[in-house]
Amino acid sequence: MIEFHLDARSGVSPYLQLVQQVRHALRLGMLREGDQLPTVKEVVAHLAINANTVLKAYRELEHEGLVAARPGVGTFVTSTLAGASLAAHGPLRLELRRWLAKARRTGLDDDDIEALFMTTFRSTAQEDIA
Amino acid sequence: MTSVLQAHELGRRYGKRWALRECTIDIPAGHVVGLVGPNGAGKTTLLKLASGQLEPTAGGITVLGGRPAGGPEQLAKIGFVAQDTPVYAGLTVSDHLRLGARLNPRWDAAMARERIARLGLPLTHRAGRLSGGQRAQLALTLGLAKRPELLILDEPVASLDPLARREFLQHLMEATVEHEFSVVLSSHLVSDLERTCDFLIVLADSRVQVAGEVDKLLATHHRLTGPRRDPDRLPADQHVVSARHTDRQSTFVIRTDGPIHDPAWTVTQLSLEDLVLAHMDQRTAENRRAALEVRR
Repeated sequence: MIEFHLDARSGVSPYLQLVQQVRHALRLGMLREGDQLPTVKEVVAHLAINANTVLKAYRELEHEGLVAARPGVGTFVTSTLAGASLAAHGPLRLELRRWLAKARRTGLDDDDIEALFMTTFRSTAQEDIA
Repeated sequence: MTSVLQAHELGRRYGKRWALRECTIDIPAGHVVGLVGPNGAGKTTLLKLASGQLEPTAGGITVLGGRPAGGPEQLAKIGFVAQDTPVYAGLTVSDHLRLGARLNPRWDAAMARERIARLGLPLTHRAGRLSGGQRAQLALTLGLAKRPELLILDEPVASLDPLARREFLQHLMEATVEHEFSVVLSSHLVSDLERTCDFLIVLADSRVQVAGEVDKLLATHHRLTGPRRDPDRLPADQHVVSARHTDRQSTFVIRTDGPIHDPAWTVTQLSLEDLVLAHMDQRTAENRRAALEVRR
């Protein structure tokens, strides 16, 4: 079982934070096939959030085929994200390191790099949505 | 879907001053509704009109299909927790439960006892000796054990410390999952409502500025930043909520159902707090303009 938390200042909507935390736990192997997610009531009582936020997050995870709801019992993990993507981490990290070294050589400091990354990340994320 | 609250051109005047005017809203059932606005905006007036503690001066209001306080059946359907969650200081916790049982036809005694036990409130204590957070929880227990179809709470957490505030909202939200009922709660702080509410009403200067489902409000409001431009030159379907200009740059908050194609704009999403503030800002901007015209 995992426990959710919300970051009010992240700018990411609460429902998406829940979705991301489940995906994250799946990637890191903290959640495995057959594991149960906290019930809607438990999440609502813990985070003091609207029940529809949790339902929306669980529906999205269901839609992605990661979890399945068993009426009257709960929501269970049906798939895993670890494995295939885990293998890709190594080469990607290597590329990212090279890129970071290159950025520093051209004179960017940590704040410059973070700003550049976040704006690029956000704008490509928005393009994907649009 | 059935409506929990419908108001048409609703208004209430105290002497010469309109506390609420031209309020037309329709709230579908099954929501946790946040009523947000600065102090004195008309929040309490609207809530008292909904619970039948005030009569309208103008227009009409229907709550759960009936006239507020229209009869015993209507009274039993609506729970009201007044500002600062008042309880009777001289009565004990168990006195409050007895009172609740005597006054409410649908009283859920088992639920009330279970909640009080879970909260660890001593039955023999006088309410006046409880902490602020405990008093608020006692008031919430009375409101919930009444088993209303609509629970109205006026600024329930305003006077609570952050921990008690969190606990109060946790209990309230948990109850909405256990027992299906609608909630309307007011606050002058958006942060209290941001997570809990899925429907929002913004009140400012005695008028409803905007009302709707939170997801829809967030999806239809955008901030546009770009070269300075006259608001009249925006497309007709882009309703300007607020506008700020420097000598070179314009920043608009707009509401639109359509996409924004103009490449001159940098389009960003608004947080709920920014969205609310933009609507309040619009109000004050219009007032300033009106004041200037009068002076001329």
